[in-house]
Amino acid sequence: MSEELKFTYNVDGEDFNSAGQASVSVKKNLRQLGIDPEIIRKVSIAMYEGEINMVIHAHGGTADVFVDDEKIGIVLSDKGPGIADISKAMQEGYSTATDTVRALGFGAGMGLPNMKRYTDYMNIESQIGEGTTITMHVKYQ
Amino acid sequence: MTVNELSNNDFLTPVVICDAGVEISGVYIGDLLSWVMNTLQEGQLWVTIMSNINILAVASLKEASAIILAEGVKLPEDIQETAKAKGINVLSSTMPAYETAKKLSMLGF
Repeated sequence: MSEELKFTYNVDGEDFNSAGQASVSVKKNLRQLGIDPEIIRKVSIAMYEGEINMVIHAHGGTADVFVDDEKIGIVLSDKGPGIADISKAMQEGYSTATDTVRALGFGAGMGLPNMKRYTDYMNIESQIGEGTTITMHVKYQ
Repeated sequence: MTVNELSNNDFLTPVVICDAGVEISGVYIGDLLSWVMNTLQEGQLWVTIMSNINILAVASLKEASAIILAEGVKLPEDIQETAKAKGINVLSSTMPAYETAKKLSMLGF
């Protein structure tokens, strides 16, 4: 493919019932494009974790997914509270999720580490009180 | 073994069966969704006590062959409807996860 494809999704921050919808849609779209299942698996996991983070912590946001000749790019943007200590947030097991959220099976402190693990590039930009933008790449090779 | 063949076993009750012919590749047990996202392999049965809507997204993304709700956990009716719409197989077991797993092990998993 010569032109970059882009999909944009709104992630509803008030609705746990629809959490994961964007990830499921991305998976379907990538499959239709004939992308390697292993790449789709990585993108799905990273995107789902990011989507859940936006619902849990940031009252939702937007997810943009780019497809080009070399990689899948994912940009997750929210206007949430920001991440106070990114290096702590990257530690497995560290979580600031509430008990209510934990009761739903989230808050294991694996979200950001999973996103890092399943992508080839990950960058977090976060400003307290302004929001967070996470950029991730999954390369075909 | 397919989900259909599995559902004929007495220790399991079918809750939502959408794709009975799907082949089962193994079993995974877990309740923390990020762990499950990380570890569950395509085609595996997923044994959990979680019954909220988010398990459907995880099962769908990871392509679990079926969710088995252990400990007699009930799936609320609205979530059953969503499972049908998403094509996700759900069965239940009155036994705890470990005993359920032992039964699954005896079936060859």
